[in-house]
Amino acid sequence: MTPLTSYLLVAALLFSIGLAGALTRRNAILVLIGIELMLNAANLNLIAFWRYGPHPELLTGMMFAIFSIAVAAAEAAVGLGLVIQIHRHAKTTDLDQMNRMKG
Amino acid sequence: MQETISFTPQLAASPIAEILWLIPAVPMVAAGIAALLMQAKRKTSATLAIGSISVSLLLSLMAFAHVLAGWLHGQAVRETVSFTWIQVGSANIDLGWVLDPLSAVMLAMVSFVGLLIFIYSVGYIKHDESFTRFFCFMSLFAGAMLGVVISNSILLLFMCWELVGLTSYLLIGFWYQRPAAAAAAKKAFLTTRIGDVFFLLGMVWLFAQTGTLVFYQSGGGALEPAALAVLLSQHAGLGLTAAGAIGLLIFAGAAGKSGQFPLHVWLPDAMEGPTPVSALIHAATMVAAGVYLIARVYPLMAAGALAGGTTTALTVVTWVGAFTAVFAALIAVAQNDIKRILAYSTVSQLGYMMAGLGMGGVAVGMFHLITHAFFKALLFLGAGSVIHGCQGEQDVRRMGGLKSDMPLTFLTYAIGMLALCGFPLIFSGFWSKDGILEAAQHWSVAKTPFYMLVFGALLTAFYMTRQVVYVFGGHWRGGKPAHESPAVMLVPLGILAFFAMVLGFIGTPAWPWFSAFIDGRVAGFAWRGFMESGLLMLMGASTLVVFLGLGLGWKLYGDRSPKPSEPDALERMIPPVWAALRDKLYVDELYGVTVIAFYGWWARVADWLDRQVWGGVVAGVAWGFGLGAQLNRFLDTNVVDGVFDKGCDELSVGGGLLARMQTGRVQTYLRILALAVVVLAAILFWSSRA
Repeated sequence: MTPLTSYLLVAALLFSIGLAGALTRRNAILVLIGIELMLNAANLNLIAFWRYGPHPELLTGMMFAIFSIAVAAAEAAVGLGLVIQIHRHAKTTDLDQMNRMKG
Repeated sequence: MQETISFTPQLAASPIAEILWLIPAVPMVAAGIAALLMQAKRKTSATLAIGSISVSLLLSLMAFAHVLAGWLHGQAVRETVSFTWIQVGSANIDLGWVLDPLSAVMLAMVSFVGLLIFIYSVGYIKHDESFTRFFCFMSLFAGAMLGVVISNSILLLFMCWELVGLTSYLLIGFWYQRPAAAAAAKKAFLTTRIGDVFFLLGMVWLFAQTGTLVFYQSGGGALEPAALAVLLSQHAGLGLTAAGAIGLLIFAGAAGKSGQFPLHVWLPDAMEGPTPVSALIHAATMVAAGVYLIARVYPLMAAGALAGGTTTALTVVTWVGAFTAVFAALIAVAQNDIKRILAYSTVSQLGYMMAGLGMGGVAVGMFHLITHAFFKALLFLGAGSVIHGCQGEQDVRRMGGLKSDMPLTFLTYAIGMLALCGFPLIFSGFWSKDGILEAAQHWSVAKTPFYMLVFGALLTAFYMTRQVVYVFGGHWRGGKPAHESPAVMLVPLGILAFFAMVLGFIGTPAWPWFSAFIDGRVAGFAWRGFMESGLLMLMGASTLVVFLGLGLGWKLYGDRSPKPSEPDALERMIPPVWAALRDKLYVDELYGVTVIAFYGWWARVADWLDRQVWGGVVAGVAWGFGLGAQLNRFLDTNVVDGVFDKGCDELSVGGGLLARMQTGRVQTYLRILALAVVVLAAILFWSSRA
């Protein structure tokens, strides 16, 4: 087993855990945490492919990861902001009760 | 014996000629002010009217004096003032006024008689609630009539002529609450309008031929030799020259205004108006305007006459005049309304004037016009005084014995009556009527008019005797006893009576001052004027005829005092003739079954055309548009709207379907997302393997 394979496995595991959390949890914050896990699994993949790829001396993979983390941070901030506003308005963070936007 | 001075073509207008326009303008302005006054301002309106006509009289007398002074210096005055009213291309339409003996005499007469009648009206109309309106109309009439007199342009004359017609209409219908008055006003307006249409045609023709509507303008006027030569060289068919045809058209207008047969029917009905109106408008001035018009355009009427001969136009004027004179006098014999007798008498006397113009020239006709104006105004005002005294009674059969109840009215009325009959020597009518008879005797065309006019004189004496005997003789047959009229009415009567006598002396054969003045000749006093061939015999014959008429009247009616229900003395003798005369020789009935029936029929045809034909076309077009609108609506609702509605429905259904996917459950979205990722991954996996 090459180190790359191990990393990919860990990343896949991490993604699966995140996905499971996002799909099964009803608490909006926990869904957000699951999404963060999935994002980080993707970051791990990026780093791994860079580190064991043809040009490890270039900083491409790291740059991708850093951008991704920055975007994820912004996304998390927006997501949490929304959740807080909804909580203030509806006194709940349960996603099943947040169904007022159905068509 | 008499040397002729030719008219000097155009003297520089003197100051009085320059301000001649003020004579009609002042009463017109007064009428305008009176129109704005409240009905209650009686004194103001009467003062205004009388004051304005006094100013006109003063100016008229000054103008007359100016012309007289010129004439005494052996100079015939004809001063004109013209100005351009409209300029169209190279054609000018000029208006202006003229001061010559003809207009000066007429001005003095109209304003003087007008003033007296205005003063009289104050007493006559005192109790009427429309006092102010009356004086407004009267002033307007006076202004318009004076305008007719001074006009030097046939167009300006026509304008004033129509204004006179309008005021006549307004004043006949003054008591418009009475249906008879309203109908009479309408009849007068329409009948005179028939003549005016011909007048207008003549005017347009004149302008087309000569390019001018001005009478006298330094040789360039329509009545001056250059223009007359042009008119004489044109032939209008039927053996007439353009001058003759235009003259006849203008005469048709004059016949309408002056009540000549067959357009006389309006004048007797016009007696529905207040009596001062009858005196001023329908006896002294307006009806004489037609005669004045013919006198004014006399050069046109007489154009082309051979020496001592006559023209077609003048011959027609003579025959119409002579026929009217006898015709109206016959009807007057059998009338019972005091004013209607006088009205038919006026028609008859206007016929005399026309005949005088046609046979003897301007001076003969105008002399009778002037004397007639005074004695007929006197008779009408006297009749007004009688009616006033009898509380509005107008039927002569219900009067009688007023000789003692109204002595002053009787005295003046008798003077007027004798003047009208032509009682010899001291009454003006004798001299003016004799002038006409003399002209008729020497007329070269035919002698018949002479005998007609003599017969008319006999009838005149007869019907006036009948009337006077009925009204003043015998004993009172009416209701409440009569009373004498107030001084404000009697004084004008006295003044008019004075002139009805003395005015004749300005035109006797021994001293033919009037005709000399009008024609611009020197007047010499010579007794031998009477010695002209056959003149004394004519005077004797005419005197005989007058006495015969008076005697016949007295024999039939004198001192009989018949009851109102009794048949007339003449009726007992010749009933069918009497009935025909009483019914005005059926002229109204004739018009009723011919002209009026034709118009009624024509109106019905027009009505039918309007309703059925034009109405049908309009209805058809409307129906077509309605059909188009229905079609349009069908297209709109079913095609255009249908397409649009269908599109909207589809959009709405599609939106509904798509909206169902929007569940609002975040978990569902995430699951779909995850599923999509798995599917994507599977596709990538399988495609990389392939």
